[in-house]
This record gives sequence, C-alpha cells and structure tokens, in this order.
Amino acid sequence: MKPVPPHLRRSSTFPPEVVAEIQRAAGTSIYDIRGGGAKRRIPDFDDLLFLGASMSRYPLEGYREACDTTVQLGTRFANKPIEIKIPVTIAGMSFGALSANAKEGLGRGASEVGTSTTTGDGGMTPEERGQSKILVYQYLPSRYGMNPNDLRKADAIEIVVGQGAKPGGGGMLLGQKISERVADMRTLPEGIDQRSACRHPDWTGPDDLAIKIQELREITDWEKPIYVKVGATRTYYDTALAVKAGADVIVVDGMQGGTAATQDVFIEHVGIPTLPAVRLAVEALQELDMHRKVQLIVSGGIKNGADVAKALALGADAASIGTAAMIAMGDNAPELDEEYRALGTAAGYYDDWHEGRDPAGISTQDPELEQRLDPVVAGHRLANYLRVMTLECQTLARACGKSHVHNLEPEDLVALTVEASAMAKVPLAGTSWIPGAGGY
Amino acid sequence: MAVFDLAQQPLRELNRTLHDLPEETNETHWKVTNPMGLHNIAVGLDRPITVEIDGHVGYYCAGMNQQAEVLVNGNCGQGVAENMMSGRVVVRGNASQSAGATAHGGLLVIEGDAAARCGISLKGGDIVVKGSVGHMSAFMAQAGRIVVCGDAGEYLGDSLYEARIYVRGKVSQLGADCVEKEMEAAHLEELRDLLSAAGVEADPADFRRYGSARNLYHFNVDKMDSY
Repeated sequence: MKPVPPHLRRSSTFPPEVVAEIQRAAGTSIYDIRGGGAKRRIPDFDDLLFLGASMSRYPLEGYREACDTTVQLGTRFANKPIEIKIPVTIAGMSFGALSANAKEGLGRGASEVGTSTTTGDGGMTPEERGQSKILVYQYLPSRYGMNPNDLRKADAIEIVVGQGAKPGGGGMLLGQKISERVADMRTLPEGIDQRSACRHPDWTGPDDLAIKIQELREITDWEKPIYVKVGATRTYYDTALAVKAGADVIVVDGMQGGTAATQDVFIEHVGIPTLPAVRLAVEALQELDMHRKVQLIVSGGIKNGADVAKALALGADAASIGTAAMIAMGDNAPELDEEYRALGTAAGYYDDWHEGRDPAGISTQDPELEQRLDPVVAGHRLANYLRVMTLECQTLARACGKSHVHNLEPEDLVALTVEASAMAKVPLAGTSWIPGAGGY
Repeated sequence: MAVFDLAQQPLRELNRTLHDLPEETNETHWKVTNPMGLHNIAVGLDRPITVEIDGHVGYYCAGMNQQAEVLVNGNCGQGVAENMMSGRVVVRGNASQSAGATAHGGLLVIEGDAAARCGISLKGGDIVVKGSVGHMSAFMAQAGRIVVCGDAGEYLGDSLYEARIYVRGKVSQLGADCVEKEMEAAHLEELRDLLSAAGVEADPADFRRYGSARNLYHFNVDKMDSY
C-alpha cells in the first residue's frame, strides 16, 4: 500500500484494523479464528513497580546471598507432592496443536532447569513423557487419549475446567492438523475438524467435581497432586469452590493466556486479565486459610522474570508460560520473516496456529515442517529463557530483601495506573490510595 | 470368595487391595457388601477378576476399568464405567446419567434404564441397555456401539462421529447430524453378537441403526442452523 497522506484523519472508532476486519467478514461470512491470547491493551504486571530496599528495608547482595526459588506443589493431600526448582512451569499445550518435536522440546527445556511441563488435549506422547522429568497430565472435557495407564505415569493431574483465552468455550482443531497419529490418539477419523467439548461429560459443578477428584485419587492411590485449572472470570468463587472440591493446586489462567485456535471475538471479549485474577484467587485462599496450603499457579501473558516476581508478590506460588515458551523455541523467529509474509503475516505477528503451516515447525503436524524444529536445540533455547526469567525474578526479590521468592509480598509493590491499583489492590505510586479500598 | 464389607472397612482399603493384587492372583472373585451408595467403588481395576457388589452404588463405579468384571446388584449413580478400557461391567438395576462416558473398550450392560447422556463421547467401548436411555445419549460419540432395547430420549447421537447406535424402540428425536442408516447383514451380525454378549434375548431384525451423516465433519458456515 502507498503511504497515507498526512492530512487524512485516523478514526479511533474505525482504525485500519477494524476496517480490515469488517471487510474480511463481509468477504468470507465467517468469524476470525486465530491462536494466541488477548492482544488488546489491558492492565497487566507492567503496570506495577517494585519498591526496592532503602532506609527501612534491607536488600540482599545480588550475586552472593542466596535467594531460593524452589516450589512445592501438591502438599495438601497427595502422597507424592512435586518440587520444582524454579517458580515457572510450562502450561498445557496439546500434541495436535503442537508438533511432537515441539512437545519434546518443551519437555527437554523444562527438565533442564528442573521444572514441569504439561500435556494438553490429545493425550500423552512417549516423546513428551520420556523427556519430561516432571509431567502434569491434563484431564480435559474431551478426554482424548485419556487412559489410566498414562494417568499413573504422570507426576500430577490437572483437571481443566477452562482456560483464559476462552473461558466457557470448547475448541476446534482443523482437519489439516488431524494427521494419522493425532487422529489415532484421539479416536477420530483422519482429516476431520475435531471439536473439543466445553464441558466435562460426567460431572457438573463443584459437588460433582469433589467426587471426580476423589475418583482420580482412588485410581492413582492418592499419590498424585491434583490441580484444577480455570479461566479467569469469577476467580474468587472458582478458587473457593475448587478448594472445597479438594484441589491440591489451583491454576488460574488470565485472558492473555494463549490458545491454539479460537474465535478472535472470544479471545478479546471474555474473561478478565491475569492481574486482578491473581489477587482474587489469593483473597479466596486467604479467606479459607488455605494460602500456601493449596498452591496457586497463575498464567496468561507471563513474559519475563518481572511478571513472575510480581505474580509471586501478589501471592501466587508459581507462574506458567505457554506462548512465551513457543517463542523461546523459535516461533515467530525473524529469520523466517519471508516465509511468514508468504502466509500473509510477518515474524512477530504470526498467530494462525490453527492452520498447521507454521514455518518454525511448532504449531504444525506437517511432517516436513515439523522436521525443521530440532527438539534438542529448542529445548535448550527454552531452558535458557527459563534461566533468564528465574535470574530476573531473583534479582528483584533480592532487591526487596527476600531470601526466597515466596517472601515477596504486596507491600513490595505499587501501581502506575489507577486501574492497576484497583485490580491488584496495591497503592498508586507515590500515594497510599487504593481505589475501592477503605470505602472510597 | 473374598468378602469386603464397606460398612466395616473403608473404600480406600478396598480399592488399594484390588489395585495391589498380583498379576497372577488366585483371589479372582470378590464380593462387596453394604456399598451404601458410596462413590468410586472398584475404580481403576486392572486385573482379570470379578467384583460383585451387593447393593446400590454412587458415582463412577468401575471407572477406568481394565480387564475386570464388575457386577452391580443394584442401581448406579453417575458415570458408571466411565472411561472403561476393557473388561465388563453389568448393572442389574438402573444407571444414572453419563453411563459409560468416554469408554474406550469393554462392555457395559445395563439391565434397567439409563438416564441422560448414556455413552457420551464414547471412544470404542460397547454399551447394551435392556431398558431405555435418556436425552442426549451418544452425544459426540466417536467409536464403539450402543444398543438400546427400549426407547431413546431426545437428541440421540447429537454431533455423532463414528459410533454406531442400534435402537429397538422409539427415538424421540435425533440429534444434529445423526441419521437412520440401512441395517446391512454385517450390522445384524454385529448386533447379534452384542446382544449375545450382554445376555439379551432379542431379534436383531427388530432394531434400527443410526449413525453420523458426516455433514458436520468440517466446519461449514452454510450449515449454521446445525451448530
């Protein structure tokens, strides 16, 4: 396109991307489906700042004094709780949405730094189990590939009620990604569009969930920590009900959390940001006297060690990454820009993960494309990234005088905006004001 | 025969005992008394044993069963034999909703009626119901067979994949993309075998076959009315 003459006024109501979407809808008669999470600007952890140590606080020496990062998960009921060495885990992403090499890369990367990775819709692959020292097995509404043998091979079980990108929604894996192997694992015909249910087939509501959790515990002889994952919406109540149902760990996924494929309107207009979700979940746990007894993992747009440190300061036990892990392994790499442009997008913008044409070999089932991703290299890149996140988190914790990252607290934080202050319930920087607190 | 009295011994002990049986166990027949509607009885079994339960059971009885035969001399709560992989589960009474949900293998026989969503998301298991089934049965069923000797409630086989459904009685209403299909010789033979395995005396010729029209296998905006 030619440059736009400077005298033309850009509409805030109909900016070019809105105009383009109307034109696309008018031309296709179908809503836009894409991968990833919310792209709109919403209050997030970047709107918070740490108050480093000063006269009244005592910092720790950056490269000399220890700052522990280990996290115990599943200490409430499980006979075999797990310990991760860093406060960052890899979120559930399915084999099917991702290639087998990508899943193996996630396992390798997580294991290299002593943390967990998670299966996804579609079951457990041998590559993933083999390369993951700590593997969380997702129990999803579709139950694709679900079986008691894999359940027993897992280190923890995550019952998925919803995810941040689409709380209340199911999923759709388009036929081009339903390869022979994916179809076989999901007991479906090859090449069809595969739907993932939005509700579990055999339980409804928290009372049923309590019985379902007991069933999974009985089948696995009470060994495995049981997580309950929810998309962030009514987070306070969801957390409280999951605790009541018997969860060991709550996973709360904010609206920035990614998906392999969902309607753009769903991603952008349903759910709440990760920032208020953390605070709501922690409030519920504290009210039930379950904070730190039932662990909290938060996800949705976590991108660096600062985000992790802020989530922990607000009361989470660990943070989880999905989209960022894909990027670390090679998704949207600038050296692939020409190929991305051939697909009508560009490096840094590619989100058509559902189409299965990912030149990075990550969100694809195309055998040729998949081979582009070396799981060893991808795993090492992911491990590097996780190390950086951990170092960043430790740096901030030491600056606040904390010898364990869990010692970070809301008192260490201030907010840059009124919105973030209200959502996180920490004071606006330079004031003692928290909107909504104290009756005003 | 070993007897386990759930009025005297905890459920955890029953399930653990059955899980811990050696592969070549001689204790192949177990009787469970006083189930008192407890949930999760005999779940996760993986031995070629018979467990006979005298009384009514709660949710998920025989859940994720492998190899074992579980006989319930009573009614079942929600999700009996859910995600069964192999073996055989027989309910001498009625079953609540989601019976045999997501079962990958094995045979579930319900001698009474089954409530809503019987065989939901079935993935290869077989279900024979001597009575009737409730609404939304076989919803999104992917593989396996469901035989209903009585009637079927509304939206039978909605969004069906490749599972096959046989009904002798009346179908209130078929679900989206579920259609009646011709009963061929191979289907009559398959049905005869299923009825025989379930111990049901019925003539396969009295049944009708239902399956997927496969019109929803690919998302198509022209079929919006079906979604």
